[in-house]
Amino acid sequence: MKITINGNSQLIQANNLADLLLELKYHGKLATALNENFIPFNERTKTTLKDGDRVEIVAPMEGG
Amino acid sequence: MITFYGTELKSRLMLGTSQYPSPAILERAFKASNASVATVSLRREGRAGAGQPFWDIIQQLKVRVLPNTAGCHSVKEAVTTAHMAREVFDTSWIKLEVIGNTDTLQPDIFGLVEAAQILTDEGFNVFPYCTEDLVAADKLLGAGCEVLMPWGAPIGSGMGLNNEYGLRALRSRFPDVPMVIDAGIGLPSHASRAMELGFDAVLLNTAVAKAGDPVKMANAMAQAVTAGLLSSQAEPIEPRDMASPSTPVIGQAFLS
Repeated sequence: MKITINGNSQLIQANNLADLLLELKYHGKLATALNENFIPFNERTKTTLKDGDRVEIVAPMEGG
Repeated sequence: MITFYGTELKSRLMLGTSQYPSPAILERAFKASNASVATVSLRREGRAGAGQPFWDIIQQLKVRVLPNTAGCHSVKEAVTTAHMAREVFDTSWIKLEVIGNTDTLQPDIFGLVEAAQILTDEGFNVFPYCTEDLVAADKLLGAGCEVLMPWGAPIGSGMGLNNEYGLRALRSRFPDVPMVIDAGIGLPSHASRAMELGFDAVLLNTAVAKAGDPVKMANAMAQAVTAGLLSSQAEPIEPRDMASPSTPVIGQAFLS
């Protein structure tokens, strides 16, 4: 299916958020949101993805 | 020692982690500043694992982490970012920014109070980036904030304390509320002045990170904050219009 990840359109195989992170080899400290809603770590597996979804994956970064 | 939400901090300086010439200089600047808190953010992970090296550096600093909601212009954005930050950084501390104007990065006080209420209800320890407005401060305290972070001047401007009268009034209206001057500091003298006015700490970033010598400036800021704190505790003299001789007048030889 085709979804948007961090603003970029991408074809993916995974059908839930946890599998998406595995498929794209994301690891370490990060947080996720689906369609502008925060998805906690323990809800990623049960969060299914569908065509057109918007996923945000964020990580620690410099800040003031 | 100063206490924010039950946590005692040794240093009155909080330092941002952005815009340093290199990670090594960031690390050296932090050591020179003796800062007790590092502000951090969450940004899109450009490629898998890109945020990890930065996080490793921050952990080595052994300082308290204060995540921000920088760049958020709506209550929903700020609240969602706070939720993400709590999970990533494993802290209930959040520097709450709801920006109302792109040019001045002035806080949207109305959105700020609304977001603060939501987050304090959820158990967050909110550090609201606000102005010196007394009514807004009162509403933030009513929303459950136990700390206030009024700006000195617009973020990154280096102008210092733009409205000293307003900041003095805020300090005296809420004498028991821990307050941090956040944003606008450009010089050590600005940081020192903030402490002289009775504020409890100073948060700055650009003044150090963008200085020609960030490590030296970090050291200068550390000393300025300490000097300002000692000054406020030492009960400074009141300024006066006329001179008052410091050398004794009595006993002066008659020579004219």
